[in-house]
Amino acid sequence: MKHILTLPIKNEDIEKLHIGDVIYVTGTIATARDEGHARVVEEGVKPSIDLNGGCVFHAGPIMKKNEKDEWVVVSVGPTTSMRMEKTEEDFMEKTGVKLLIGKGGMGDKTALACKKNKVIHTVIPGGCAVLEACMVEKVEGVDWLDLGMPEAFWILKVKEFGPLVVTIDIEGNNLFKDRRTEIGNNKELVLKDVKSKIK
Amino acid sequence: MNDINLKLTEQLTDLISMAAVKLPDDLMKRLYEMKENETNPKVSAIYDSMLENQKMAVELGKPNCQDTGIIQCFVKAGSSSPFLASLEKCLREAAYQATKQVPLRPNVVAPFDETNDGTNVGYGVPFVEWDIVPEDDKIELDIYLAGGGCSLAGKSAVLMPSAGYKGVAEFVFDTVCDRAVNACPPMVVGVGIGACITTATKLSKKALLRTIGTRNSKPEIAEFEELLFDGINKLNIGPQGLGGKETAIGVSVEAMARHPASLGVSVSIGCWVHRHAKAIIDKNGNVTVLSHTN
Repeated sequence: MKHILTLPIKNEDIEKLHIGDVIYVTGTIATARDEGHARVVEEGVKPSIDLNGGCVFHAGPIMKKNEKDEWVVVSVGPTTSMRMEKTEEDFMEKTGVKLLIGKGGMGDKTALACKKNKVIHTVIPGGCAVLEACMVEKVEGVDWLDLGMPEAFWILKVKEFGPLVVTIDIEGNNLFKDRRTEIGNNKELVLKDVKSKIK
Repeated sequence: MNDINLKLTEQLTDLISMAAVKLPDDLMKRLYEMKENETNPKVSAIYDSMLENQKMAVELGKPNCQDTGIIQCFVKAGSSSPFLASLEKCLREAAYQATKQVPLRPNVVAPFDETNDGTNVGYGVPFVEWDIVPEDDKIELDIYLAGGGCSLAGKSAVLMPSAGYKGVAEFVFDTVCDRAVNACPPMVVGVGIGACITTATKLSKKALLRTIGTRNSKPEIAEFEELLFDGINKLNIGPQGLGGKETAIGVSVEAMARHPASLGVSVSIGCWVHRHAKAIIDKNGNVTVLSHTN
């Protein structure tokens, strides 16, 4: 059975989740990348959606207007979460966001901030932008289009958006940190073998 | 623009549009093979989503990835092609038209003032690199949509010559292990070995665009490619960095003669949605696609 989180999220909704768990989310989420984070954190501007208990998707979609002059999603998928490592802690403390979606891992700073603020980070497969666009039911609005289409803050109503793999849980466990250690150990062995075959 | 250039521009618009929606044959073949080779059902399910997305993108005519990249064009131009003077203008117009038509995501941000005018052209984009082939009237064109995630993962350096090819291998593995997780693996790896940072980097991009599964014609380099390919596939990075039997879609190495006092090396990484399209432009301006057959 699918584990579906419904927004807004309370601490008890996510306290039993562990890294590696697969979940889905239903509700109204917002996209934010480097510039969107900077606007909240550095300029202190508030988005038009209340993110308390909310969800931020590290993504820059392709959007277009339909014949009724309404925005629709063409393609949407995750962007590299690590680019937001510098600002995510301040962002979560200023907004009250509970669920982050992106790709790749985030660092120690964000993992500690997730533990402190009871926030989880998850990943959704990259390069699956048509599948993921089909999970968006409606575009509810957009803030800060002056930043350009990818960097604007898109407000999207989604249903059972996922699969999301939990990569940082509220204990601060960090799946990609563990993965990096494992990959690093594999590298040592592989490289030794490769080098032995090179003159 | 005259009629023949207008006709070429229309075909180039279609070529760019196709590259954003549909993956080339060689890549699709290899992705199906990787899915077959995968034994972990959880990882296999990720491959299912990846392949399903490709099907839907083609059916709906939508970009398979939201990051349709920065348009980069690699041109091998016959010296007697009638399009030497007009091709760049046609490519620029085609990039502008494809951005509206598909639509593509407007990614181009002006340097220093950091503004995005929504057109995807300007300030050296589309990027065009030229090679001239004597006594030929055709143009071979490779259009690459270079996404941000995999462009962020590239790395070049000049090593001490004493590092040798063992040092080159170490640089490749360090780069892949440090950066690939964020570049939407499984990935295509292009390695360049040259006289300096510029030549090595240029060669790595050429390697990145080579047909998947082909080997360098020089046996020693082909053997080096095999070593890297087998090694990367033992790292357990897997789709999205979550682990998996295979990590490299393909590994290509291009090399040139170098100065004995320097060893340039570069790694270009392509995400699994490695979007490019190869075509021939004949002397009459007819475009024939080589990379996608059906």
